[in-house]
Amino acid sequence: MAQYQVVHFNLNGKDVEKVVDVRASLTDMLRNDFRMTSVKKGCEVGECGACNVLIDGEAFNSCIYLAVWAEGKHIRTLESLLGPNGELSDIQQAFIEETAIQCGFCSPGFMLSAVEILESGKEYTDDQLRKLLSGHLCRCTGYENILRAVKKVMYCRLGKELPEA
Amino acid sequence: MSIVGKSEIRVDAYDKATGRTKYYEDRMPQDALYVRIKHSTIAHGYVKSVDTSAAEAIPGVVRVLTCFDVPEHPFPTAGHPWSMDPGHQDVADRHLLNRHVRYYGDDVAVVIAENEVAAMQGVRGLQVEYEELPFVLDVQKAMEPDAPQLHEGCPGNILKHTDMRKGNYAEAIQEPGLIKVEGWYETPTVQHCHIENHGCYAYEENGRIVVVSSTQIPHIIRRVVGQALGRPWADIHVIKPYIGGGFGNKQDALYEPLCAWCSTMVGGRCVRVDCSREETFVSNRVRHAIRFHIITWIRKDGFLAARKIECFSNQGAYASHGHSIVAKGMGSFAQIYPCDHVEADAWTVYTNRPVGGAMRGYGMPQATFADEANIDECAAAVGMDPLAYRMKFIMPQGYHDAFSGNTNYYDSFRECLDKGKAYIDYDRKKAEFAKDTGPIRRGIGVAAFWYNTAVYPISLETSSNRMQLNLDGTVTMQCGETEIGQGADTAFAQMTAEVMGLKSYRDVHVVSCQDTDITPTGLGAYASRQTYVAGFAIKKTGRLLKEKILDYACEVTRQSVDNMDIQEGNIVRKRDGKVLMSLSELAMTAQYNPVHSEHLTAESTYTIRNNAYSFGCTFAEVEVDIPMCKVTLKDIINVHDCGELINPALAEAQVHGGMSMGIGYGLSEQLLFDEKTGKPLNNNLLDYKLSTFMDHPHLEAQFVENPEPTSPFGTKSLGEPPACSPAPAIRSAIYNATGVSLDVAPMTPHVLYRAFKDAGLIQD
Amino acid sequence: MYDMKALYQAESVQDAVALRLAHPEAQIIAGGSDVLVQMREGKRAGKELISIQRLDELRGVSLEEDGTLRIGSLTSFSHITRDPLIQKYINVLGEAVDQVGGPQIRNIGTIGGNTCNGVTSADSASTLHAWDAVVELTGPEGKRLQPIRDFYIKAGKVDIREGELQTAILIPKESYDRCFGHYIKYAMRSAMDIATLGTSVNVRLSPDGKTVERARVAFGVAGPVPLRAETAEKLAAGQPVSLDLAEAFAQAVKEDINPRDSWRAARDFRMHIAVESAKRAFIESVKLAGGEL
Repeated sequence: MAQYQVVHFNLNGKDVEKVVDVRASLTDMLRNDFRMTSVKKGCEVGECGACNVLIDGEAFNSCIYLAVWAEGKHIRTLESLLGPNGELSDIQQAFIEETAIQCGFCSPGFMLSAVEILESGKEYTDDQLRKLLSGHLCRCTGYENILRAVKKVMYCRLGKELPEA
Repeated sequence: MSIVGKSEIRVDAYDKATGRTKYYEDRMPQDALYVRIKHSTIAHGYVKSVDTSAAEAIPGVVRVLTCFDVPEHPFPTAGHPWSMDPGHQDVADRHLLNRHVRYYGDDVAVVIAENEVAAMQGVRGLQVEYEELPFVLDVQKAMEPDAPQLHEGCPGNILKHTDMRKGNYAEAIQEPGLIKVEGWYETPTVQHCHIENHGCYAYEENGRIVVVSSTQIPHIIRRVVGQALGRPWADIHVIKPYIGGGFGNKQDALYEPLCAWCSTMVGGRCVRVDCSREETFVSNRVRHAIRFHIITWIRKDGFLAARKIECFSNQGAYASHGHSIVAKGMGSFAQIYPCDHVEADAWTVYTNRPVGGAMRGYGMPQATFADEANIDECAAAVGMDPLAYRMKFIMPQGYHDAFSGNTNYYDSFRECLDKGKAYIDYDRKKAEFAKDTGPIRRGIGVAAFWYNTAVYPISLETSSNRMQLNLDGTVTMQCGETEIGQGADTAFAQMTAEVMGLKSYRDVHVVSCQDTDITPTGLGAYASRQTYVAGFAIKKTGRLLKEKILDYACEVTRQSVDNMDIQEGNIVRKRDGKVLMSLSELAMTAQYNPVHSEHLTAESTYTIRNNAYSFGCTFAEVEVDIPMCKVTLKDIINVHDCGELINPALAEAQVHGGMSMGIGYGLSEQLLFDEKTGKPLNNNLLDYKLSTFMDHPHLEAQFVENPEPTSPFGTKSLGEPPACSPAPAIRSAIYNATGVSLDVAPMTPHVLYRAFKDAGLIQD
Repeated sequence: MYDMKALYQAESVQDAVALRLAHPEAQIIAGGSDVLVQMREGKRAGKELISIQRLDELRGVSLEEDGTLRIGSLTSFSHITRDPLIQKYINVLGEAVDQVGGPQIRNIGTIGGNTCNGVTSADSASTLHAWDAVVELTGPEGKRLQPIRDFYIKAGKVDIREGELQTAILIPKESYDRCFGHYIKYAMRSAMDIATLGTSVNVRLSPDGKTVERARVAFGVAGPVPLRAETAEKLAAGQPVSLDLAEAFAQAVKEDINPRDSWRAARDFRMHIAVESAKRAFIESVKLAGGEL
């Protein structure tokens, strides 16, 4: 039995509305109705973090979030980070420069968690950063270069020198 | 050399950083039908019937197909090169769906539906009636005479047994005064856990079948789908998009044959098979759990006089890569610590468990864990430091293996061990940690490994390559070696630019997505072969293209071919370095010349009849909380001699990933099964303990760059080796910290609890 | 796409109560991290859901006039951890729920969901037991308060009656006043895990810090539902602070706990960890309370 509802929300800075199946997850809606290919499916039960999006500034696994709950929310996907002429954000640039991307499947989710972390404007220790990023699994990188990338942007935004390892 | 050896940015970095990269699901046609698989809920038995009526009545269900509908002939799935020698071909023991189900999770039927929910409901609505048979999960129990038999013609469930005899073991152990160091070592069933699950879709186009799949081996998939469906191989058109990791699981035909067949059963409509994470764990492939029995006879100075090794490899229900994995592991023993008298046997045995296939390291993480554990005990038996023992007895420079033809050209092992020792501050820390006597104790451990490069002489090694000069002076390159996340395309771009004399690796367009209709036939990503084998073909094709370009340039410039070269993207006169014309000018001239128009392209195949030793080691520092039965990894370093690095940053990143996998292998990862039912217990990412961001310390990766003489770019294997030695190094560190010598991976708190209790370190 | 029969979205608590009465078979869904996962597994497939996700009135932490700390049932774990009232009065709860899953799960998971699913391993549950939390349920007859120990009936089953939903978790002042506690989550990895054993201890010391006035300890996964170890609590009450007391207190927890053998962990292993964790959590609690050991 399918039911449909209209959902209004702000996606990457733009007000949108969509008729969605109430059975759809937010992942389903973002991928299928808005073609947000950065939202990945790795487990569909909130364990891997590949489908991570920001809802009102907080990181959520969109696979276990119903699409209709998006009503009235501000939702950001990785697509929001890109400038109008394809300019990369500092986070994306750092992920590239620090070789934090390999297969690329977990990368969008990680980068969005990094957005939340970095937008706090706080300085975190390595252990704190590890914890803040621990909702994402990655099998390629051992997390090493992801940490490097996030740290690099954190210090840069704080106007500080990156400490020696 | 100027372009190789640099830490260039990945060629696919921008798209991956923006989420644009198209994985198979991002290319999915909107009209694809959903295929959901009904998996066996018993570990062993026969399907007596499948009642499909309830499923067929569900709105949206298009077709239900069962194990009674599939072709009768079996097919193999392993991602190995085809062999013209029938005796060397992979075992064909698979059907698209199975009447004789051999593990909990085996494929019984499919529901094809217009939407996901109908497909799921359809699968739940299928009523399967089984005739249950006894099942066996343990590898040695499966070899017993009264064990349930899984496959016809395999008495004792033995898929294959091979042995290795060197010298005379029986005689050698008669030497007086030898010390016997014996152990049983157990390694776990683990899974690859690439973050993108395997999936694929298939449809018919002009009478042929197109399969788009998350695979490492598109050309091999074409062959296997052809075999499974009984169609000419060229009827199958396989496309490999970007994939979200593979690690060997996708070096196998997984659901491509079933998906292709389903399409043919619904009139060629597009159908999709998307594995769930739960299915990926159980119904794809796993790493073989291998049990080792090692007896080493050493002299008082530690010298290895003779060794006897028995390896029992748990194959699971179907052959897949089969015996080649344990055979590779067994082959390591006689070489790393050379010994004149070795008697080794390996058995690959069917059991009612998920299918063992290829996984990063291919038998070597298992063998390395067992061998290094035994070597640690050898060192302890003669009162030697484990590092000193290794320095003394590990493979010397000049060691030559007659079978593979490999030679240890340098003293790589000792160079690697020295580097690791310096980083971890071995001597000082060992002395300091020896003072720990309380509940929290620290320790340092070391382990070494060696690894082959590619599969010669076991199997065919070949690489084909096509290059085309574009009108703007760039070069498009295609090959069958695949990008699976490791950065192969970037390395290939650097190598091609180097060979062709281009300005930058950005002037090479590597066609990343293999398409078997277009891409030169190749074998794919496995055996840590990419840069090594592709290097041969890149050099060969590059030379051919260069020759064609210079021949054409000769017509335009009237300079002798011998007096010209390509440098920085220009045709230059060798004698004085004068730029005669740019490659772009040459390409435009050649293409649009009304008298002699030429599309400048070259193609070649290189048969590689070489292998190369890759070496390395891990040093680990741990803190053991004895009452809490917990190990914290405080520091870890891998040192590799994988020859010269094409791209140091990517090489380092590869090592990090392998180390992470090795840490999980040592401490936490294990797929568990219910002894009573054979049901997998933890086939999800919550209960299967893949390391998280918080379970690692900093991962240090260092290199010893000894150029490999057989390799066109001085490279040798790196993709898999990093996963081999972390687990035994951690084991060694726990041994050092607590005096408890563990013989099982992963060394979870459950294992530590029993071991510490037995050792009297904790009491209840 | 979830195999869901229907979704009813409540717009207010009263609306939710009405929906509960109208659809008694329907499952309440708050954050989704449990219910949707079970629906996907097939356990709750084809079921109706009542979503209370939009009931913002159930979010947030406040202090009532009598000093009772009120935690709205839909308050997410991350908001609990960051809440100044929690940090001031029952910091250990914030620390405990900060060990649930990973950051995204802590943003989606709610304390109401964590307790209503009746799971013994829930990271909030042992601390709520150890602090004598009270569950507020709202139903057709209005509000009903129930001590959390009575709220848990058996594994996976809590006392939510017809038409009711859980609306708050209350911590009475008497319970948190001058109390300091520590939670130890024992798990197989450092994030994204469920507890093999959860141990929550808290103490109130005499003003001079030398005597234990009251010690409480609760465990998750030491029985089918979270439980208190009263023998240990009685043993410690009124005793001078010492390491010996910590040891005796820890040994005494064995009298009351009853972990089972499962593939996740053996009974004897869990018993062993319970004793060690109780000792360490007791020592840490005493230190937080200003006691010297």
